[in-house]
Amino acid sequence: MLRFWSIKVLRTVLTLWFVVTFTFVVLRTSGDPMMALLSPDALPDEIEQFRRQWGLDQPLFVQYLRYVGQMFTGNFGESLRTHQPVIEIILDRLPATLLLGLLSFALAAIIGIPAGVVAAVRRGGAVDRLLMALAVFGFAVPNFFLGICLILLFSLMLQVLPSSGTGTFWHLIMPVLTLGTATAGTLARFTRSAMLEQLEKPYMRAAMAKGVPAWKRIYLHAFPNAAIPIVTVIGLNLGQLIAGSIVVETVFAWPGIGRLLVSAVSSRDLAVVQGLVLVIAFTMVMANLIVDLVYGLLDPRIRGGAR
Amino acid sequence: MTEPLLAIRNLSVGLPAGSDRPFAVEDLSLTLEKGEILCVVGETGSGKSLSAFATMGLLPTNLPKPTGEVVFEGRNLLALPPSERRKLAGSRLAMIFQEPAAVLNPVYRIGEQVGETFQLHTGLSKAEIREKVTALFREVRLPNPEEILRAYPHQLSGGQCQRVMIATALALEPAILIADEPTTALDVTTQAQILRLMLDLRENRDTGILFITHDFGVVAEIADRVAVMRHGRLVEIGPAEQVLNHPQADYTRELLAAVPKLDPHASREGLGEPVLEARGIRKIFRGQGFLGKKRVVNAVDQVDVTLRRGETLGLVGESGSGKSTLAQCVIRLIDPDDGAITIAGGNFGGLKGNALREARRRVQIVFQDPYTALDPRQSVGDAIAEGPVIHGKKKSEAMTTARNLLAAVGLEPSAADRFPHEFSGGQRQRICIARALALEPQLLIADESVSALDVSVQAQILDLLADMQKRHQFGMLFITHDLRVASRICDRIAVMRQGKIVEEGEPARLFVDPQQDYTKELLAAVPGRDWQHVARAENG
Repeated sequence: MLRFWSIKVLRTVLTLWFVVTFTFVVLRTSGDPMMALLSPDALPDEIEQFRRQWGLDQPLFVQYLRYVGQMFTGNFGESLRTHQPVIEIILDRLPATLLLGLLSFALAAIIGIPAGVVAAVRRGGAVDRLLMALAVFGFAVPNFFLGICLILLFSLMLQVLPSSGTGTFWHLIMPVLTLGTATAGTLARFTRSAMLEQLEKPYMRAAMAKGVPAWKRIYLHAFPNAAIPIVTVIGLNLGQLIAGSIVVETVFAWPGIGRLLVSAVSSRDLAVVQGLVLVIAFTMVMANLIVDLVYGLLDPRIRGGAR
Repeated sequence: MTEPLLAIRNLSVGLPAGSDRPFAVEDLSLTLEKGEILCVVGETGSGKSLSAFATMGLLPTNLPKPTGEVVFEGRNLLALPPSERRKLAGSRLAMIFQEPAAVLNPVYRIGEQVGETFQLHTGLSKAEIREKVTALFREVRLPNPEEILRAYPHQLSGGQCQRVMIATALALEPAILIADEPTTALDVTTQAQILRLMLDLRENRDTGILFITHDFGVVAEIADRVAVMRHGRLVEIGPAEQVLNHPQADYTRELLAAVPKLDPHASREGLGEPVLEARGIRKIFRGQGFLGKKRVVNAVDQVDVTLRRGETLGLVGESGSGKSTLAQCVIRLIDPDDGAITIAGGNFGGLKGNALREARRRVQIVFQDPYTALDPRQSVGDAIAEGPVIHGKKKSEAMTTARNLLAAVGLEPSAADRFPHEFSGGQRQRICIARALALEPQLLIADESVSALDVSVQAQILDLLADMQKRHQFGMLFITHDLRVASRICDRIAVMRQGKIVEEGEPARLFVDPQQDYTKELLAAVPGRDWQHVARAENG
């Protein structure tokens, strides 16, 4: 077990190192960083001074080591526009995005997973068809469209919910709904197919032969096995948590990472963009690690084999 | 007259619309007495398993409700509400299944799964349940009961899983045990032990056992009475001695005639030059075993094999003995750690890249499961022609060869344009054989190629292989766990155990006068040996 965990953690660190190195290489091959920092008509003296100041006169290898060291200590440099440290800007915005992301995720799981289970058990019936139609609707409707529809309905026509901003519980409702709908649909579909596969397994028949009641067969026997593929989908969605918030945060003027990314890109604030790329990569890698560890908890076969 | 323990009267189980026949089980009537083993025999699709499922209330929900009566302790089970039925399932009627490893839930510990039966039907405490389960494990002779309680299904062997299932079934001393092919997936020696357990159960607990099987050897070993089914109907029922030795129905006679005898095939003489010479083959697998212990398995341990043109060498042994690994090493589906391989006089062991691909033409393999061995989206003709085309034959020529081969293996040449799902298991195995022969191999490996087939089909495929060998003179490495099958087709037999060949010889010698204890043990475990000797003496 210890071996299983340590292998997974080591692999994660390795992946992070790879991501950090990759951003370094991309930044260095995409042009002279000075040209991005300074205006094209800067004087050669100025450029030379900046070079020294940023350590760009050092050999590439030394630059790389310094860069990696900085990344792993959370030093992403400072914003080219506001001259605040990038890490501060990001940490300032992160809680709002996490709140939105995790709440919408919880909503998606609470609705999507049971809906998938019910659809699988009632396979082919009216309930199954209705739930699956809703699921398809959920992930087929684009985020921005659903968001705008909700604003039209609840803010403009009914005037019961605030259309943008943050602060109260009421502000959360529409962004969370918008973000959660698609994930709920995806989860419902995956849960259904994962459950259907398990319901056909011989051990389900054996459980029936033991006299296990239907609901126990579903929740105690089939579901823990179906959870293994479901966790994969959950992990993929969890990794998308920050990247997926860009559209919704823009529609609802939500002051989170997503909007920060949009504004940093449009104002060409490379240091912030780089910091955000790393944060997004970090969440994906961590989501992967969590999924791997949960696999181990769910499936004794994986745990033992350390594969 | 006392009531029978279980009476099935006019049971019919319908099939969904669009099936090839309206009923899976039609008008079935039979009884089971206390302390009796009733064997229900039949081939694939005979409805034997569905009859059992109907009795247990386990029919798939897509089937219509069964009609007729299943009377147990004065009540018609088919008419009981689900909650009442559930109370009987697992306590008064219990069932064990064919794939012991798959019927255990992979995410729970063994102890929890066996204990569940007690939790559902009794008010015992956890500690009491634990004690009961341990006692049951002792009764079904599981080694280290305490350790097995904590183990997960994947850590046990197939035989151990089946014992766990039997323990679960026996938990509440059921009046009836329904066993659906419980030994089909097990090795002969394990099978012999499980059958012994069934006999003990009948003896000691007076349980009525409905034992479903396709294997007449097993029937001869344990049955008190035998029911023969075909296409959902009862063909014949009677005392075992009568059905086995003096069958009334033609179908029973046909089935019995198809059962291979443990009757050594006379080895052929004057065979050609060697097509395969393997020396000192070794393959080691490393992995993690039970409780994270390091495990090194000598899957194949310094084995020598020689095979001549036109000769069939049987590799027999139990699962894990290394017979399949040896075959895969010989044809380099996996690379051996050590050893030299010569095929048709040319070095094969050291080849790489194009030379290896070219040489592969000379060795072909027919797998066990004809259902998964064919690409469902490739037409039969393409499947057969693919090999020759890869090796440089023109497409049109290769298709002509494919049609000729289909005719040779007993199918219509027009089968080339159809897809695998349109064929039965036996027909698919014929297609696989045609595919293997399309490259005119000098060495053919048959890896349990008839194990998944019904006896009557099995006999046909064995004849086909022998016939094809006579025509094409390839050497055949025939891997099987079934000694009867081996005795029928092999010129020489090599018995494998733990990666080594423990004994090798011509069947006539090996079966009559085995030298090694393990060979004797294997022979003794073949079910129903005595019955065939008796039958032969009476008929001959």
